[in-house]
Amino acid sequence: MVDVSSATRGDLRLTRITKTYGDFTAVDDLSLTIPEGSFFALLGPSGCGKTTTLRMIAGLEEPTVGSIHLGATDITTKRPYQRPINTVFQNYALFPHLTIFENIAFGLRRRGIKNVDADVNKVLDLVELPHLAQRKPTQLSGGQQQRIALARAIVNRPALLLLDEPLGALDLKLRRQMQIELKWIQREVGLTFVHVTHDQEEAMTMADTIAVMNEGGIEQMGSPADLYDNPKTAFVANFLGQSNLIKGRIEGTDGDNLVVDLYGQKISMPKSRSHAVDNSIFAGIRPEKFRISLVGTPTRGNVLTGGHIEEVSYIGVSTQYQVAMPWGQELMVFEQNDDGVPPFDKGDQVVISWEPNFTFALRGDEDAEAGTEVAPDDLDEDE
Amino acid sequence: MSRALSKVKLPYLLLLPGFLFLFTFFILPIINLAQTSTQTPIAGGDTGEYEQTFRFANYIDAFIENREQFARSFIFAICATLLALAIAYPLAYAIAFKAGKFKNILLVLIIAPFFTSFLLRTVAWKQILGEEGFVVPPLRTLGIIGESTTLTSTSFAVVIGMTYNFLPFMTLPLYASLERIDPRTMEASGDLYANGITTFRRVTLPLSMPGVVAGTLLTFIPAAGDYVNAAILGNPNSKMLGNVIESRFFKIVDYPTAAALSFTLMAAILILVTLYIRKAGTEELV
Repeated sequence: MVDVSSATRGDLRLTRITKTYGDFTAVDDLSLTIPEGSFFALLGPSGCGKTTTLRMIAGLEEPTVGSIHLGATDITTKRPYQRPINTVFQNYALFPHLTIFENIAFGLRRRGIKNVDADVNKVLDLVELPHLAQRKPTQLSGGQQQRIALARAIVNRPALLLLDEPLGALDLKLRRQMQIELKWIQREVGLTFVHVTHDQEEAMTMADTIAVMNEGGIEQMGSPADLYDNPKTAFVANFLGQSNLIKGRIEGTDGDNLVVDLYGQKISMPKSRSHAVDNSIFAGIRPEKFRISLVGTPTRGNVLTGGHIEEVSYIGVSTQYQVAMPWGQELMVFEQNDDGVPPFDKGDQVVISWEPNFTFALRGDEDAEAGTEVAPDDLDEDE
Repeated sequence: MSRALSKVKLPYLLLLPGFLFLFTFFILPIINLAQTSTQTPIAGGDTGEYEQTFRFANYIDAFIENREQFARSFIFAICATLLALAIAYPLAYAIAFKAGKFKNILLVLIIAPFFTSFLLRTVAWKQILGEEGFVVPPLRTLGIIGESTTLTSTSFAVVIGMTYNFLPFMTLPLYASLERIDPRTMEASGDLYANGITTFRRVTLPLSMPGVVAGTLLTFIPAAGDYVNAAILGNPNSKMLGNVIESRFFKIVDYPTAAALSFTLMAAILILVTLYIRKAGTEELV
């Protein structure tokens, strides 16, 4: 039995965690600190080890090597029922034989709390489903079951709430709505949320901090804006949104800027945004940061010439262009349809330009395709 | 004939063979048995010659005369059912959740005994529990049973035999209902502060109740009417109602008493089963 109210609280610290199944390494030497009270997302494709990490935090798996601390307490080998941690399972895992009320009261009753009515009714109000208390889980829609699963976990006021792809089974519209609600509930109850997802948009919408995972390790950790604007690896650049990665060389410096050669054309970028280890780099620019102009019209910032429009897709708020460059690469450009300028046509000779500050640089020996093979929205099951 | 009409008739056509079969081999014999149960011997007739006199007192006479075997049938059947449940539940649980790739092999092993004759396997138990078998000598050496105690021709052997013979009927429905449980509900229970025992009591067992009910019924009903185990493994003092019915029919040729006992047994089983299902409340589950 766990007295959650007085149980250990504080930051969650994973120290050099490794988890192997036979020859397969699911999580590889992972260290991570999740600050108390934050909304933290573990983001990555299927098989990256994020669910295994979550299960180790919950106590459903034991790490092969490493330790897990909650505040000052070592919880590495504690059984799930001994941890002040609750989970919202991927498929909700509601108890089909119990009413919604009893599902929510389950954790309270196991901890020996006699009068559960007030607490249960309070969370039912919080998830706005008080009228369903006496129903059975199978009588509820997916979205309602999702909220009950959340209510069943937060009613215990755990030190840590784990969410394993909690919105994966919902349709897009409901998922967007629940994302906003989850964020609101997290602020309302002030608990630490650890959210596992493969959906980068979901992670960016909700989390204060995102750890992008790949092949059992953390690629990069930071705020959604940090990760998006200044990715450190090709995997992050491609998995979080889309990126144009152009092979180049650092030719020299100019104050706080680097001078970079991209197939014979010189551009400049801030030194601080380079994650390269030597002169060989990939210059990265997000598609919406590019501007397109017809040859002969004025440009500013970095400029790449010699392109022509290869493909035009009109998608309402923006138009997406594929621009073929002289070195054979096609660059992606998103233009907002907000300036009344008619879209460019296929075959137009164009110049691409952008603000130098939007450039980032990755190591030149990276796989420029890393993180693109997996279309995040196609994945439902993890591991 | 229109297509729609033949569509309406199709279910009845599908039911027809089964209905004809049951009518010929179940309904008609039952009616015949009911008629027999109230007959009395023809005055001055031969053994086995009876006439219909609607003597319902046959039931009372038959019951009073055989109440001991009656009680024994139900006690043995309940014992065998409980023993089978105690053995089959852990077995089914292990196959459903822990067997991994051996799941199918283990399931085949559960039904493998059906490949040989029920009678032969019961006779084999006579050998196993016999004086020269591999059970009695070690138990004697260890002093668990006395020198003069035997296991064959005892009530114990009858219950053991029934437990063994009906074990698959208990195991398979239990397995089927355990296998349907989402293991994540058990993980969720652990996550919500329930230890292993509480998880079993509050989640696993309630969710497997349909299997428990089906398994106990499939064991109890045939066990209550069984006579083979008592005939082969028992003694004259461990006779069950099935043995009485058998000897009344085939040895004493007392058809009315045998028929009356058959009906009484059927009624008793029906009442017990109805009460049991009411109490277990399976319709509440899932």
